[in-house]
Amino acid sequence: MNQLASPCHYRTQLIGFIHMRRTRVDKVNAELVTLTYGTLVAQLCQDYDSNYQDVNKQLDKMGYNIGMRLIEDFLAKSGVGRCANFRETADMIAKVGFKIFLNVTPTVTNWTSDNTQFSLIFEENPLADFVELPDDGRAQDELWFSNILCGVLRGSLEMVQMQIEAHFVSDVLRGDDTTEMRVSLVRYIEDEMPPEEE
Amino acid sequence: MAAASKATSFNSSTAHLGLNNHFRLKMSYYFTILSPTDTPLFNIAFGTSKGGGDGIARFRFPETAQYMNQFIIHSSLDILEEAQWTNGGMYLKHIDTYPPAAAYITAFLTPSGARFLLLHQPPHLPSSTSTGSGLGSSSLLGSAGSTTRASSSSIAANPTSPQTEEAVRQFMNEVYESYVKTAMNPFYRQGMEIKSPVFRSRVTAAGKKWL
Repeated sequence: MNQLASPCHYRTQLIGFIHMRRTRVDKVNAELVTLTYGTLVAQLCQDYDSNYQDVNKQLDKMGYNIGMRLIEDFLAKSGVGRCANFRETADMIAKVGFKIFLNVTPTVTNWTSDNTQFSLIFEENPLADFVELPDDGRAQDELWFSNILCGVLRGSLEMVQMQIEAHFVSDVLRGDDTTEMRVSLVRYIEDEMPPEEE
Repeated sequence: MAAASKATSFNSSTAHLGLNNHFRLKMSYYFTILSPTDTPLFNIAFGTSKGGGDGIARFRFPETAQYMNQFIIHSSLDILEEAQWTNGGMYLKHIDTYPPAAAYITAFLTPSGARFLLLHQPPHLPSSTSTGSGLGSSSLLGSAGSTTRASSSSIAANPTSPQTEEAVRQFMNEVYESYVKTAMNPFYRQGMEIKSPVFRSRVTAAGKKWL
C-alpha cells in the first residue's frame, strides 16, 4: 500500500487545475480539468482494486481538504459576507460557488420543511464529460464519480462554522435521469468559532 | 428472411433471380478498428440501410467462416501502410480489393495511428445478365433493374464510385468523432478493446445514416 501516491499529491495537482481554470478561463481548456479529474478517479479505482466504497471515501476526503482552503479563496474573490440562514447559504453555493469554480449553476430544490436539507440538481457536470463508468457490474451501483464535490462542500462549510453532510443520491453516469446531491445541515459549530477580532 | 439470406450465400441458384434484383443492391459491411500495433480494438458487421435495406449483413462466407472478413481486412494492412504516406489526409478511400470475395477495403487513419478499416462486399450474384435473359418476363424486370440501378448513384451499387467514397468518408468522420470521445473516457486505456455499448450504438447509427 505504501507505493500509492498520497492523496495529498493528487489534491495539490487538482487544486492547481481548478485554480487555473477559474482565474484564466481563456487559457485553460475545460477538457484539461475533465481529463485530470477523470484520470485521478480512474487511478484511484486502480489503486484501490476497484473497491468503490474506498474510492468514494478518498474522493470525499480529497474534496474536504480542497474545500478547507478553497473557501478562503472563494471569500476573498467573491467578496460576499455572512449568510443569514441556511437557505441563503444554499443559494450562495449554487449560484456563486459552483459558478466561479466550475461555471455551472446547479438547481437548489427539495427543501425539507425545517430548512436544513436541500438537493443540488446538476444539469451539467463538467467533471463527468466523456465518462462512462467501468462495466464491471459494480461501478454502476457503487461508485459516485463526482464524490469529490461532496467533500469540497463539507470542507468549505466547516470552515465557516457549518457542519454538514453531503452525498450523491443519483448520477446520470449510472443511468439515472438526474445528478442530484443531498446536503444536510448537521449543526452550526458555535464552540469552535475563532476568537472575534478586537 | 431465411430465403433472403440463402439468396446471397454460396449455393444460391438462379432460381432466386426475382429476389436477387432486390438484394443485389444490399451491401454487407465489416468495420474494424485496429490499434497502431495491429490489435483489433473493435469490430462490427452490418448491412446496407439506405434505400430500404434492413441493415443486416449477409456475407458470402458461411456463418462458420466469418473470420474470412478478418483475414481479408488484415491482409490489406501492408497496402495501407504504403498508402498512408501517399497523401496527408486521414481518409485514404478505397485502398484494396480482394477479387475472390469481391471485397473492397476502405481505410481511415487517425493521427495517433489507429486505423479504421471498412470492408464492403456486394452480395453474391449469380451471373444474372446471361441466365436472366433466358427467363422471359422476370428478365425484363431483372435487366432493367440492374442497368438503371447499378449505374445509379446508389452507394450500394458501386463500391468505388465517388458517391460511395463520400458516404464512407462521412461514416468514417462520424465514427472518428465518437472514437475521440471514447478515448477521452478516463476508464478507457489506450490500446484496450472498446467495449463501450455507447460507442457501438453510435457506430451502428452512423452506419444506418450513411451506408
